[in-house]
Amino acid sequence: MVANFCLKRLRSACGLGMLLAASGPALAVERFPPPDFTDHELPPTVVPSTAGIWVEYLALGALLIGLALAAHLALRSRSRRGLLALSVAALVVFGFWRGGCVCPIGAIQNVALAIGDASYLVPLVVAGFFVLPLVFALFFGRVFCGAVCPLGAVQELVALRPVQVPRWVDAALGTLAYVYLGLAVLLAATGTAFVICRYDPFVAFFRLSGSLNMLIVGMCFVAIGLFIGRPYCRYLCPYGVLLRWCSRLSRWHVRIPQEECIQCRLCEEACPYGAIREPTVAQTPDQRQRSRRQLAGLLALAPVLVVAGVWIGRGLDSALARLHPTVRLAERVHQEEAGEVEGTVDMTDAFRNTGRPPSELYADARHVLAQMRFGGGLFGGWVGLVIGGQLIAHSIRRRRTDYQPDRGACVACGRCFWYCPSGHEKARLTSETQP
Amino acid sequence: MTDPSKTNVNRRTFVGDVLRGAGVLGLGGGAAALAVAKGQAADMVWQIDPHQCIACGNCATYCVLDESAVKCVHSHEMCGYCELCTGYFEPEPLALNTGAENQLCPTGAILRTFIEDPYYEYHIDEPLCIGCGKCVKGCTMFGNGSLYLQVLHDRCVNCNECAIAVACPSQAFRRVPASRPYLLKTRE
Repeated sequence: MVANFCLKRLRSACGLGMLLAASGPALAVERFPPPDFTDHELPPTVVPSTAGIWVEYLALGALLIGLALAAHLALRSRSRRGLLALSVAALVVFGFWRGGCVCPIGAIQNVALAIGDASYLVPLVVAGFFVLPLVFALFFGRVFCGAVCPLGAVQELVALRPVQVPRWVDAALGTLAYVYLGLAVLLAATGTAFVICRYDPFVAFFRLSGSLNMLIVGMCFVAIGLFIGRPYCRYLCPYGVLLRWCSRLSRWHVRIPQEECIQCRLCEEACPYGAIREPTVAQTPDQRQRSRRQLAGLLALAPVLVVAGVWIGRGLDSALARLHPTVRLAERVHQEEAGEVEGTVDMTDAFRNTGRPPSELYADARHVLAQMRFGGGLFGGWVGLVIGGQLIAHSIRRRRTDYQPDRGACVACGRCFWYCPSGHEKARLTSETQP
Repeated sequence: MTDPSKTNVNRRTFVGDVLRGAGVLGLGGGAAALAVAKGQAADMVWQIDPHQCIACGNCATYCVLDESAVKCVHSHEMCGYCELCTGYFEPEPLALNTGAENQLCPTGAILRTFIEDPYYEYHIDEPLCIGCGKCVKGCTMFGNGSLYLQVLHDRCVNCNECAIAVACPSQAFRRVPASRPYLLKTRE
């Protein structure tokens, strides 16, 4: 017995009672009064200063410069080479140097947490990382995705044999990103977890360390990315959803110059992300009639989907709440109190050491459950809305007379410039919003 | 007369401009409101509350860095300068000397120096410490609790979600303002 052994040689007997009482690490107790030295000075506690903060501001500056450069390269000089070089630089700076953190994708969660928890302030750097790419997207399209995002850069560089994904598969998988966004916001706002960070596929690669599972997931994304361009960006990236919306409103955007286009379709073939839309053919009155009826049906269906989503989402409350550490702890404590499980674990020991009554913990857990019931309803409604919205969006026809990049889907990677026969002329290649 | 197609373009541009303006204002204003409250802006960093820490050992293994950013620090003013330090020695040491077989620390990161009879001073050799918390456990259970774990900010890469915080069984990790990045123990 440790305590008994110690007693033999302790220089002071005052620890006896306390030693026997100590069943685990508890609050600091002064068992042995510190000696008063006459000729020995106590060394101070030395801790290193926070070195990382100014570096984070430096990274924010690099983001701003990167975005400006990307906008210039995508819209002014239309240089695929330049964009590719910038991608590599972004991979080095934001990926390997900064270790992929903080990134705008993850910053969504800080913003969500600040909305859900009034006592949490978003750090200025994180707020900057969240806002800057969106503001740039409002003016220049998704230039962040194209050449500044380190996750995008990895996938851009490995997209060697891309195949075209059928439009409906693309749209269906694209819905996943909206669902992921909703889930990430819900879990961050309730203080449950930052899932985007936890399941970042490439962060283990950037840091050359991390959990084996995430390294395997990252490798899978790279392997899929060889054949399907940017799988994470298109089908999972929650920030891509926000950029998509902003990019639709962009003042300037990568454009296929109408007056020079010979409709050779090389750009459409070259785009690995299915972002180039072909000219539409006129519908027959019969077809028009049918698509109108379809649209009316979908418009009627959308509210039903939303209501169904809210109902299902509210039913997910206990499953969602179980992701919260407080609820997991409360559950385990309850099981131990009720004698359903044998023994204790670290987390319940730690809880008992704090001396808080379990009833307080259960109240906290019930509060989380109520939050999840409300949040789950919102999340379900969001999923319903997204599915309805996607169906509607795909049954609305927009007339196009030329090949044009889809403003939402185009990530300004510049591959189409490379392939365009007339793309090497630099003049008059970007313009303001055209109908 | 204006060209109807041209007015159409102008209207579109106008609506676009309005939406963009609203977007920029909304994004900028919203982020500023969330980042600055009560005139305070905060850079946050991770830290361990030493009073909640149970020295489970997760800090050594869950950090994204190969060598954890968490290490042991020592509050000398709280230390009892014990000859038999329960943070330094194995539960049943063969002898009270610096022999490796007597030490609790797996990397020998605690230096033990004689001050005056019967007092010994213990000092953490920071580069050797791996943040396993074995000494912390020993010191907190049977001693004054002067050895404790802290996130050292010259090493911490300040992940948005700290991997150790996720694995921490006592929820001892929290975000603290970067201006006061340590939760140091002092003699009360």
